Amino acid sequence: MLEIEDLHVKIGDREVLHDIDLTIREGETHVLMGPNGSGKTTLLRAIMGFSGLEVTKGTIRFKGKDITGMPIHERAKMGIGMLFQRPPTVSGLKLGKLLAVTSGDRAGMVSEYARFLHMDGFMDRAINLGFSGGEIKRSEVLQLMVQQPDFVMLDEPESGVDLENITLIGNAIARLLEKDVHIVNRKKSGLVITHTGYILDYLDADFGHVMCDGVFRCHGNPREILKVIKTSGYKECLACQKI
Amino acid sequence: MPEDLGKMSELSPEDREKLTLTGLEVEMKNREGSFFQVDQEIRQWTSLNEGIEVLPIHEALRKYDWLSAYSWNLVKGDKDQYTKYVADQPEPRGFVIIARKGSKTIYPLQACLFLARSPVQHVHNIIIAEEGAELHIISGCASASYTKTGSHIGVTEFYVGKGARVTSTMIHNWGEEISVFPRSAARVEEDGVFISNYVCMQPVRKVQMAPFVELAGRNAVALFSSIVVCTPGSNMDLGSVARLTAEGSSAELVTRAITTGGTIISRGMIEGVSRHTKGHIECRGLILRDGVIHAIPEIKGNVVDTELSHEAAVGKIARDEIEYLMSRGLDEDVATATIIRGFLDVKIAGLPNALQAQIDAAIDAAERSGF
Ligand SMILES: Nc1ncnc2c1ncn2[C@@H]1O[C@H](COP(=O)(O)OP(=O)(O)OP(=O)(O)O)[C@@H](O)[C@H]1O
Ligand SMILES: [Mg+2]
Repeated sequence: MLEIEDLHVKIGDREVLHDIDLTIREGETHVLMGPNGSGKTTLLRAIMGFSGLEVTKGTIRFKGKDITGMPIHERAKMGIGMLFQRPPTVSGLKLGKLLAVTSGDRAGMVSEYARFLHMDGFMDRAINLGFSGGEIKRSEVLQLMVQQPDFVMLDEPESGVDLENITLIGNAIARLLEKDVHIVNRKKSGLVITHTGYILDYLDADFGHVMCDGVFRCHGNPREILKVIKTSGYKECLACQKI
Repeated sequence: MPEDLGKMSELSPEDREKLTLTGLEVEMKNREGSFFQVDQEIRQWTSLNEGIEVLPIHEALRKYDWLSAYSWNLVKGDKDQYTKYVADQPEPRGFVIIARKGSKTIYPLQACLFLARSPVQHVHNIIIAEEGAELHIISGCASASYTKTGSHIGVTEFYVGKGARVTSTMIHNWGEEISVFPRSAARVEEDGVFISNYVCMQPVRKVQMAPFVELAGRNAVALFSSIVVCTPGSNMDLGSVARLTAEGSSAELVTRAITTGGTIISRGMIEGVSRHTKGHIECRGLILRDGVIHAIPEIKGNVVDTELSHEAAVGKIARDEIEYLMSRGLDEDVATATIIRGFLDVKIAGLPNALQAQIDAAIDAAERSGF
């Protein structure tokens, strides 16, 4: 589904990501962990194709196609979707209006998804304007449900979300990633950034990666990795010579 | 249906379309009255509401002696060269609408002012809403497709009585070489509400206006909204002036301005003369292509306990907002247009749905033509 090879990304004059290799196959969910400022969000933004960063080396392939220089909306159309850690406020634009524009032939599903995420009261609100932390995440998940991407990138979906809403969001994301479909038939893939790991209770992630200072320091079982980080912090990863 | 409505259907399909964009219902659907003037010729007038009278001004002045006290009272004839021009006309044209005490309109009355062959169209309108009346007016102003140059000068005096509610929505659809000089003033009595909306999404040589409202009675409220798109070659000098004369009165002036190459001056002035008054000016501008947006908000407080504020912002659409929508699958042009549409989407509290829909339709039309 996604193959990243030798990716180097610069922001301004500084290289933020170095030498990134990552392969995510159909049906797999990967977890990305790492300390603040290590480059996790930057990687997702590079995959989505945002401006403000420059891919100086390497390639990103999606569904077999080199998308490294492709405009954002074409990547979205190919099936890449992203939940933003901090989405911008689009004042004036109503959430309902955006969903109407993006839903296409799923227009009939919008209100069901909105009810599911308890967002039905937000359709006439300007996107993210005055939304609470948890409401922003629910709005993001709702937009993704309407979009139904094949490859879902989630940038800290549970941060700032209360326990009840984590269940709600976790179940919605599980639906997005077809966790109810048998692994053999599952088509949707995911890349999830998390600091707490709470979201993993809903997702059964297949692989974990630890990023420090713009490079991968570790690949492995996400639960094991999380356990190490929880007990001894990232210094263990930094000291680790396994990679 | 009154037969004289046929007059409006006499227009060419192209001009009917132009008028429809200004909110005029040629078929009178969802309208409670109408007035139709082409150049200086009044073609038709009617009211379907018993409590509301619609008359040409010269007939109204003949019919009601008392009306002269309302004429050239809020707008002075010698205010400037334009009011002078209208005041000097031996044969005044325009409309008078009188909403009797307690009368209510659900649907708006429409006034259509159409510039066809005259070099200048002048109108003088008087609108009186008596105590407790509720009156909604939509004025559509347009020029014929074949009219290349000309001027429109419109003087309007609004009297909003005690507890009355008046909404006035003006949608302009002129041509590139037409100049327009509306001169209007309103007086709002105790507990009265005056809502005035101005929408211009189409090219015009020049529009210059600064409607004035005096909040003369306790707790009177005024809300002015302007939503404009200024194309290359257009010059819009728009302002509203509110004087908070009575205690407890309030005013809000809201502007959404987009330039795609033209020049917009957005003035606003609120003066707090009495205690417990409130005023706010909000002007937001988007420069889509090189052009000018010059916001000049002014507030002046004369007493303790008047609360006045203004906010103005002029800029461009943020790149991260465009890319956010692109990441949901919209291409750059659609993402940009969607954000602009949202920017112009001002929901005006207290405006009947039919009128909000009309404003939305005018913006939709501009959106379809790619601003
Ligand atoms: N626009 C920018 N200008 C300058 N530096 C930037 C910019 N965007 C990101 N960076 C820097 O790049 C580095 C990586 O940032 P990134 O947001 O990818 O971190 P992260 O791993 O997602 O962190 P967190 O866990 O805090 O979200 C940081 O040092 C950050 O300050
Ligand atoms: Mg981040």
